[in-house]
Order: sequence, then C-alpha cells, then structure tokens
Amino acid sequence: MSIAPASASADRAPAPVGLLAELTHRCPLQCPYCSNPLALERAREELASEEWLDVLAQAADLGVLQLHLSGGEPTLRRDLEPIVAQAAKLGLYSNLITAGLLLTRERLEGLAARGLDHVQISIQDADGANADRIARYDNAHERKLEVARWVRALGLPLTINAPIHRQNIAGLPSIIALAESLGAQRLEVAHVQYYGWALANRKALMPTREQVLKSADLVDAARERLKGVLAIDFVAPDYYARRPKPCMGGWGRGSINITPSGKALPCHAAESIAGLTFDNVRTRRLRDIWLNSSAFKAFRGTAWMREPCRSCELREVDWGGCRCQAFAMAGAAAEADPACDKSALHSDFVRLAESAASERPGGLLYRNRHNAPHLAGHSAG
Amino acid sequence: MSASGPRRTVICAASAPQLPRHIKLRHDAVRGRWMILAPERLFSPDAVAVAVLKLCDGSRTVEQIALELAQTYSAPPGQILTDVTAMLQELADKGVVTA
Repeated sequence: MSIAPASASADRAPAPVGLLAELTHRCPLQCPYCSNPLALERAREELASEEWLDVLAQAADLGVLQLHLSGGEPTLRRDLEPIVAQAAKLGLYSNLITAGLLLTRERLEGLAARGLDHVQISIQDADGANADRIARYDNAHERKLEVARWVRALGLPLTINAPIHRQNIAGLPSIIALAESLGAQRLEVAHVQYYGWALANRKALMPTREQVLKSADLVDAARERLKGVLAIDFVAPDYYARRPKPCMGGWGRGSINITPSGKALPCHAAESIAGLTFDNVRTRRLRDIWLNSSAFKAFRGTAWMREPCRSCELREVDWGGCRCQAFAMAGAAAEADPACDKSALHSDFVRLAESAASERPGGLLYRNRHNAPHLAGHSAG
Repeated sequence: MSASGPRRTVICAASAPQLPRHIKLRHDAVRGRWMILAPERLFSPDAVAVAVLKLCDGSRTVEQIALELAQTYSAPPGQILTDVTAMLQELADKGVVTA
C-alpha cells in the first residue's frame, strides 16, 4: 500500500500508551458479540511464555504504559503469573480482562501478590438466567459474582464490563445496581460494536434508537448519583450517532493489539480489511512494526484521507472514525466511516440498524469454532 | 467501609489524602513527564499537581500540604489552600486520591 509522505506532525507515530495482549482465543464462554475474529486462533499457534515476556519488555521500551491482558479467556494461560510479574517489573499498569469464572481465590491472591493492578470482569446481564443464556454457560453468572467479591476482598480495584444489546438492555438499571453493590470502582456500559461475531448477530442484538437514548439518560442520572463512588463509562453504538467515534484514538496513534499467535494489529478488527498484511512479533521487532510496518502506516494521521474527511475540521479529533466499518460498508477502508452523517452511505447505515432492531430476535450465532467452519482452515501466520 | 457501601471522598483542610494502592504516579522516561496510571485511564498532571501528589502520603493534612507549597512557591497560604482543596476534590472524584 502506498502512503503519502509523512510531512505533517499528525502523520508521525506518537509513542503508544496501550498494549492489548490477547493471550489466547480459547474461552469457556460463547458470547455472540465476542470481539475476537471469526477465525479464532488455535492453542498450538500461541506465543510461548518467553515470547510474551520479551514482547512486554519491547512494549515498555517503546513507551507503552498500560497492559491489557485479554483473550479469549486469559486465565486459561498457565503462565499468567510470570506475565503479570514481568509487567510489574517493567512498570506497566496491568489490567486483567477476564470472564472470571475459572479463577480460584488462591490464584487471584497469587496474581495480586505478583503486582496485578486491576481486574475487569464482564457480565452478560444482572439476571443470572439471561446472563447464562447469552454466555451459553450454566452458572457462569453466579461464579463471576463470587470472583468479583474476591477481587474487592483482596483490595484490588474492580471494573464491571457490561456489553449492552437488545437482549439485555431492559436490565440496565439492575446492572448499574449490581456494579454498585459489588463495590466496583468502574462500570463500562458498552453498547456492542458490530464487527465480527456481533455483526453476524446484528439482527438479534441491535437495540432501537429509543432504547439507546434511554440507556444514555439512565447512565447520566447514575453518574450524577454515584459521583466519586462509581465511575461509569458509556460506549454508544455508532449506528445512531452523527459523528464517528475516534476509534482506538486514531489508527496507529495510541495502541497495539497482539493476537495469540503474535500478529501485531492496529485494532482488534483490522484483519477484516482486505489488502493489509500484518507483521508478527516473532519475526519483526515491535518498535519497527509500530514505526515502519505498512499496516500501521496505512491509516495513521490524515494523509490517507479522501473527502469528506480530508477537509473536515474534526479530522484530528476523530481521525476519520473506524476503518473497518468503512471497508465493510464502502468496500474501501479509506472512505468515510458510514457512522458519520457526512458519509454518502450514512442513511443506508442507519437503515440497516433500524431494520435489524425491528426484527424479532431470532437465534444467536454463538461464538465457537463450530460456528465458523468455513474459516477453520484459516492460517494465522 | 460503612455498611451502606462506599461513599464519596470529601476533601477539607483536615483531610489526609493519599493515593490508593492501585493508582501509580510514575515518571515516564519515554515522554519525559509524570503520568498517573489508573484503571483504563491515564492522566498527565501538570507540575503543580505533581508537587501536590508527591506530598499526599496519608499523614500530611491538606492544610500542611498547602503551607509547604506556599513556602516553596512564595504564595499566599489562604489562596493555595483553596486551590489545593479544589484540585484534590477533583482528583478524589476521579478516584486518584482517597482521604
């Protein structure tokens, strides 16, 4: 891919602040909005412990401050302990993003002793039966709550992450109350973003515009009531927005995502864009990938932009929004994000959401290897 | 923690603020500045905020912190106390300090 000369400062690479380490794509849950790609990577392809320890050292050297240990389910990695210890040694702020249910209290204590800074546990609803149906795992919800209580009992800060969609949005007030009763410091009310598995389930998950507006009002009221007690982050579904989200804080500006097999991606959905090639930390240094690889340079800054983005006064605020969504809708990743009402495709995009939201919720396509059989042979190299 | 659950931290002159264990104030050598690391958040405090936070050891009161800063910066203690209290309240509401 050819890139315009990086003359403006916006097109130079700032040091990344965040690293999302997807330690594995294995997971006991089957949430139908999982942010992993449809082509799940296999256990035998995963980076070894020493490779992760080296990647973390390279990341800290590059300027990364925050490490998100994610998956799949990161606690399935038996070497989570040395990985957490390495993060602490390097001064990386470590955040364990987990479903929680596989943790024992002893293991959690061990991770805290090795310097784990923060735990984020996802919940699927406040109603246990519905939560277990969405995750397709019996008693997952009750076990998550038990682990969340251990997190607080050990003095670790807790974030509850609640992905929101049409099949749980009615329970939002109970979800807020649950986060409060668990003593969480943060709650993420995160409307599902429609890529990968969630895109495949859009008709079953998309909320109506009225539901989204009501959820925003509920969050505003709760923020006021819980000021200084529970911080609430709200992620809106961009189908009903006028302006796109500043996806990842801009392509290649703030974060790096590393897949279980070591591919370095500008965002977790970047592999959905045809024509990009991604380097692997097994064969190229992270600094070189960040600064010089074609994938990270492809949409960094503003030089790649076409109209209406190129002359938009917000081009260095939202950085053009989401490239994956532009590719999915317009067939070219350098086109405007259809979430922006300046995009020629915006009205089609809104119609897709409205039409999906008006469907009777059908069956869910659960996230597992069986449900992506046509991709089973996909190589992760 | 009271039976009714966590409460908002209210900062006054007699409060003895400190950083909770999960908040890290560290110098960032790559960017050449101080950073506050918090769950899913990063703050880049200015020089005054760094000076205040370094004194937040859980034993000094806000009043003592303001007095020390008034001497360092040769500024009127009353004004400094007002400013420091407001700054710490803002940081408390972000979860960066407790008292």
